Amino acid sequence: MDWNELVVKKGLPRWPYPVRYGEEERISADVLVLGGGIAGCWAAISAARGGAKVVMVEKGATLTSGAGGTGCDHWLNTPNPCSRVTAEEAVEWESDFNGGYVNGISRYIAARESFETLLEMEKMGGKIRDTGDEFKGAPFRDEKTKFLFAYDYESKYHFRIWGSTFKPALYKECKRLGVKIYDRIMATGLLTEGGKTGEKVVGATGIHTRTGGFILFKSKAVVNCMSRYQRNWSFSTEWKGISSWRPPQIAGDGHAMAWRAGVEFTLMEISRPSSFGSGYSYPGYGVGNALNTWVPCTLVDANGKEVPWVDRDGRALTSLADRTRPAPGQKFMGERTTVYKHKRPEPITDLEQRVKKGEFVLPIYADLTGMPEYERRVIWGVMVGEEGKTKIPVFRTYHDAGFDPEKDLLQSYLLLGGDPMRGKVLPWERTAGELGDAGGPVVDWNLMTNVEGLYVAGDALFASNYHNHAAATGRYAGRKAAQYASNASLLRLSTKQVKEEKERVYEPVRREGDLEWKEFNIAISRVMQNYCGEYKNDELLKIGSIWLEDLRENEAPRVCADNPHKLVRTLEVFNVLTCSQMILHASMARKASSRYLDFLRLDYPEMDPPEWHKWVTIRIEDGHVKKGERRIDYWGDLAENYERNR
Amino acid sequence: MKKKVYAFPNKTTPGRPLIFSPKRCTGCNICVNACQVDIMIPSPVKGNPPIVLYPEECWYCGACVSLCPRSGAIKLNHPLNQRVRWKRKETGEHFRV
Repeated sequence: MDWNELVVKKGLPRWPYPVRYGEEERISADVLVLGGGIAGCWAAISAARGGAKVVMVEKGATLTSGAGGTGCDHWLNTPNPCSRVTAEEAVEWESDFNGGYVNGISRYIAARESFETLLEMEKMGGKIRDTGDEFKGAPFRDEKTKFLFAYDYESKYHFRIWGSTFKPALYKECKRLGVKIYDRIMATGLLTEGGKTGEKVVGATGIHTRTGGFILFKSKAVVNCMSRYQRNWSFSTEWKGISSWRPPQIAGDGHAMAWRAGVEFTLMEISRPSSFGSGYSYPGYGVGNALNTWVPCTLVDANGKEVPWVDRDGRALTSLADRTRPAPGQKFMGERTTVYKHKRPEPITDLEQRVKKGEFVLPIYADLTGMPEYERRVIWGVMVGEEGKTKIPVFRTYHDAGFDPEKDLLQSYLLLGGDPMRGKVLPWERTAGELGDAGGPVVDWNLMTNVEGLYVAGDALFASNYHNHAAATGRYAGRKAAQYASNASLLRLSTKQVKEEKERVYEPVRREGDLEWKEFNIAISRVMQNYCGEYKNDELLKIGSIWLEDLRENEAPRVCADNPHKLVRTLEVFNVLTCSQMILHASMARKASSRYLDFLRLDYPEMDPPEWHKWVTIRIEDGHVKKGERRIDYWGDLAENYERNR
Repeated sequence: MKKKVYAFPNKTTPGRPLIFSPKRCTGCNICVNACQVDIMIPSPVKGNPPIVLYPEECWYCGACVSLCPRSGAIKLNHPLNQRVRWKRKETGEHFRV
């Protein structure tokens, strides 16, 4: 029965869950983990193993929620006994690629601890190696360990994994260790000592997404695993549909909460045009391509003519094997980089010019039929199949529709509009959080912020990325939080702070209004497109600030929510607004352009002048936005500091 | 035509991310509770497939389909503007999702 039928037959339904606006529930913990994704689950497991009483809060349903909920195909950048790549090198190639704008602390932690984390994943029931011997003899398989490797078959430090088995195994382990999991709760605010900005964290508030009930959490330590911010420059449920790269409800709740609590942030000014952010994109991994999950697939044109792969010197490769091994003299290859030292082979990058000259005929296809059987089965079966959002939406759906990788050429949308990763997009349709590195709280070698007792892990961390990084940092932050909690006590919650937060969260259900959350989100994105798009200058950013503040003062009070689900969606959009305001503050503070940050200031056009090669920081202090800075390598020597602090 | 006509608003776009088979679905609502975006509510008629209340919020992760204990009870239904195509190498025939 669909909605229309239901209304005709049964009348307009009442909300199916008990409505509990304003009713309070109190929960306490040693370690409160906010967010039940990959980082959150690992933080909870680690803290529980450290002897802490752990409560984990998740807006959706932990079993399959988050970006890694339905799988992962590759465990990247992980030094291990099969490889000569060192932890320092694993950080170095990312750092070179990003001009030094990487989170050295969290990336190094991941480089040092990813492999042991992967082995623990196996102990919990995750499948990490080819135990079924399906790929015996394949060049990407290490026969002794049965590990499968990706991208660089010689350097063996990017693993292919069966990530669809991971989240359910993590969930089971959380329960086995006695972690109290509270699903369907949106964390809405951090509570601090005395209710003061910047003071030690003492707990958090949340609302139940189905009943609207109010939950007060008291805890000794908090781990922010709430991922990043999105929907700042682009939002449309109509257009985007299946192309949304991250779960759409990842709206920057963690960032907004931390900001309000006085946490210091950095890199909020980074952004890039996002092919995933456009409404033209097709399902991720579900189009013919030769990137990422699909490496080293052959591309052909409409007449079956092969599109050549070239090495880092632009020379056409003659063998398939050359696509996945370093060039002579090259120690190892990065998963993706433009820096020569670690650059991988790829299909020609001047395809468009050559298509215009008539050398290749559109459309282009990915030719799995012409690949050796082991490559075909690993790309279409392990990578596509185990990667998040592919087992059902791509692998099963396409199979049910008749797609056969032995017989069929899958359409590429390169140059046609719709390629999820390389499609041309309008330069003002940008993203920070959806794809690539984003801004986040400044952390120390404990992964703790300037707000004492508040830790950060996973994609919430600034300038970092990837499933294995979320797992390793979650595990690290969890143990740190447990250690901290073992020497701390539960403190009083500020009545005033709780009262103010409670008033804030229920405003949309108390009032009558003419606006709903979607229209409000799209209004925010319009301001960001126009005033914080490809071109920036002081005047534009100031006007953008005026209009976001105007939305906050004049339109936000007109946004109403007529049930708890819509209340959650509304509060998310208010967080999108907060994160957008943070982006503008950071953009105003960086008075230089940067190629690495895709940041173009028309009033400061010099690209990456040395005196601006640093982290620009922002935070709320005494009710004002305070700007600051940190040295680009503020964490010091990686190995030395890691050893001292771990 | 004696069909009753109602003043319905437009259906959302996309409008139908999930297709339920009333024969296979038992209304267990495991899918309702798996959904991380919470787009469904249980049907008021016990044993019936759930109501997709917020179809345009679907992320198309397929967790509901994965966790459904009855094969064929739910099918993921891609938006019409996002159906990928392919060509059969031997015959040149074109297909799509």
